Amino acid sequence: MAYGDKVAVDGLSLEVARGSITAVLGPNGAGKTTTLETCEGYRVPQRGTVRVLGLDPQRERAALLPRIGVMLQSGGAWSGVRAVEMLEHMAALHAHPLDTNMLVERLGLADCGRTPYRRLSGGQKQRLGLAIALVGRPELVFVDEPTAGMDPQARRTTWEMLEEVRADGVTVVLTTHHMDEAEHLADRIHIIDRGTLIASGTPAELTRGGRSATIRLVVNRPFPDGAPESLRAELGPLTEVRQLDEVSMLIHGPADASTLGRVSRWCEEHGVLPQTLTLGQRTLEDVFLELTGRELAS
Amino acid sequence: MSTPSSRTFTPAPGGAGLGPMVRAQARMEARLMLRNGEQLLLAIVIPVIVLVGGVAAAGRLGSTFEGHAPVDLLTPGVLALAVMSTAFTSVAIATGFERRYGVIKLLGSSPLPRHGLLLGKVLALLNVVALQLVVLVVVALALGWEPSLADPVPTVLGVLLSVALGTAAFASLGLLVAGALRAEATLALANLVYLLLMAGGGVVLPTSTYGAAGGLIQWLPSGALGEAMRSALVHADIDGRSLLVLAAWAALGTLLTARTFRWE
Repeated sequence: MAYGDKVAVDGLSLEVARGSITAVLGPNGAGKTTTLETCEGYRVPQRGTVRVLGLDPQRERAALLPRIGVMLQSGGAWSGVRAVEMLEHMAALHAHPLDTNMLVERLGLADCGRTPYRRLSGGQKQRLGLAIALVGRPELVFVDEPTAGMDPQARRTTWEMLEEVRADGVTVVLTTHHMDEAEHLADRIHIIDRGTLIASGTPAELTRGGRSATIRLVVNRPFPDGAPESLRAELGPLTEVRQLDEVSMLIHGPADASTLGRVSRWCEEHGVLPQTLTLGQRTLEDVFLELTGRELAS
Repeated sequence: MSTPSSRTFTPAPGGAGLGPMVRAQARMEARLMLRNGEQLLLAIVIPVIVLVGGVAAAGRLGSTFEGHAPVDLLTPGVLALAVMSTAFTSVAIATGFERRYGVIKLLGSSPLPRHGLLLGKVLALLNVVALQLVVLVVVALALGWEPSLADPVPTVLGVLLSVALGTAAFASLGLLVAGALRAEATLALANLVYLLLMAGGGVVLPTSTYGAAGGLIQWLPSGALGEAMRSALVHADIDGRSLLVLAAWAALGTLLTARTFRWE
């Protein structure tokens, strides 16, 4: 999938199980929205195949559209339309819509029900967008950054609703650049960066990190030159050392107390004081950092 | 996976059927059009001002047009103006902003197909035009308008054909502009064209009053719509040539729109 000569998404291969929540995770510009819009039939891939619910989003669009719900990343409503009026209009386009009052109530839209769309806050627009995606009782919903701009309470409400939606048998595909969101909600996570899939798995699989453990070391002043090499020499050939920035390193190796001891001895010898020295489970943030060498938030 | 199933969201997908979807879309668009202050100004207020002002000015000057009372000649032109304002300017601006705000994109993921969206638009447009014509006819009658009803068949048929073909021609041109330009450019161009055609396009005043330019103006959609309305309501006559001109503009506009319209 390319825009002009800039390739946005290339060789991406994903599968999604029914009745599950799949998170497509990646930094801004990774190709998350492009991937979703290709599944929704908005974009025609230059090559490759896309099947959604077994249907071609281009050629079998008319059959597919009633079965999916879409929450756009932004916009989608007339500027002068009232919040509840918009939801009721979208409900009227479906054969067996959900009770709009229930959605309004559950998503806290009652207070702004008569407010024109242009005057809704970012969080209110997001909640209305989610209601619109769900109102037609779809089998599959695509939600593009569902909690962007939401306060923590609205975020929690949204998570609970998406979990309930899954429990009722709806398949959810969401994009996010929040690790905690993916970790909390998703059955399966696909991490994409610069348009390519770089890792897939359950949150547990992605953070387990194989047989070895990860040690995260942050020190109080910059490491001396050649620090990674010298530390690797200290720890032995089974260890992998990666310097992340001038004060932090990730160390993969056998998970034992002696490794930790040798790391702290090495710090002492090189005149740096460990401020963080943790052994243990990786977070998705670590996974992303290791895979791309960059922080996710950037 | 701990959340128990409440069956609230159990899938039951399906579109509402073309008829109900088109009606819902038409209701929504008509409501939004009538709620928008600027569009209402364009649809009702300006034509009423032109009618009342024109009749008052002609009365003060003591002039008649080709032996007709000013209100009898101005009313068909003002009805034509109202059709043009809604079918062209309002449709162009509304559609331009629907593209900008992603409304068309969101509807593109709903069961409403594109031809359903277009049908809904046409239905909304015809409803608003009908409402405009009722208001303007009431105002004109209050000003002493006496339409020619000696021969009602050509009059009624002429008006219906003029309104239908005029709406089709201007709406296709409005969509052409909205589908090709950015929303702000559409807003500016649609208003500019409206003002130019109102002043010099042969809508309100007969093309014969434009002197030598009248020969050209009668080929414009504005001039053709104005002439066809005047023929029907002043002379109880169906102006076949003007109706053909409108049909040709509608065909050209539809063809170009179908080729160039970008939904997003």
